[in-house]
Amino acid sequence: MRAHLTRRYRFSASHRLHSPEMSDAENVTTYGKCNNPHGHGHNYALEVTVSGPVDATTGMVCNLVDLDACVEREVLCRYHLENLNTRKEFAVTVPTTENLCIEIFEILQRSFSHAHLERVRLEETMMNSFEYTGDNGPPW
Amino acid sequence: MVYLTRKAEFSASHYYHSPEFSAEENRRIFGKCNNPNGHGHNYTLEVTVKGEVDPRSGFVVDLKQLKEIMHREVLDAMDHRFLNKEVPEFMTKIPTTENIAIAVWQRLQPKLNQAQLHRVRVYETPDLFVDFYGEA
Repeated sequence: MRAHLTRRYRFSASHRLHSPEMSDAENVTTYGKCNNPHGHGHNYALEVTVSGPVDATTGMVCNLVDLDACVEREVLCRYHLENLNTRKEFAVTVPTTENLCIEIFEILQRSFSHAHLERVRLEETMMNSFEYTGDNGPPW
Repeated sequence: MVYLTRKAEFSASHYYHSPEFSAEENRRIFGKCNNPNGHGHNYTLEVTVKGEVDPRSGFVVDLKQLKEIMHREVLDAMDHRFLNKEVPEFMTKIPTTENIAIAVWQRLQPKLNQAQLHRVRVYETPDLFVDFYGEA
């Protein structure tokens, strides 16, 4: 039996949305208040969904201890209480939540091997959320 | 195709222990969840069915019927119970969130005739949930 397990985490980070490929005026038009040069912050909620067969002995898709340790080490330590624009992966790429979602998916795909990575979902605010499923197809 | 989700809550206790592991392995793999006195959760259950909208009633499924099925087949058996000791499936399977989702699916699916069961989601806590889509 194959099941999908989702775990939620929280981290806080700041960012500024600004593209070097646009003029200042275009940046203001495109990003509005998010282009404020001093940046602004979010309490992000991160959902990581993994899937796999339910182990007949443990009853688990994977041990949460392993998933939590990987996410803590590879994602939360990297981004919690950081300014995303100062990270090298966002030196050129705009740290929109779309791009952050993709980056986190790719980090976890490389670093977590106990189950299949299905989806990364990020809530930027209570009103906006983003999901990335890599090559897995639509979320459901 | 329209998807309809009905939520319900139930409170239950459980613990994680496998007879195939030694006492020390059980403690190492399951940590505090291995305490044989158990611990509890307020579970949230989401049952999602799918189907076409009936042109006369405007329904995918009669919600009153779905609610009765959920109560009779799942909630009456699991609410305010010690899962390991009182629910037959969990006398031989560990009541992890994964196994609870699968057990709920297996209880509901044969009883639904108006719409097709699409997904069972079980939240063990607000930060941990499992989806089961009936995949073998």
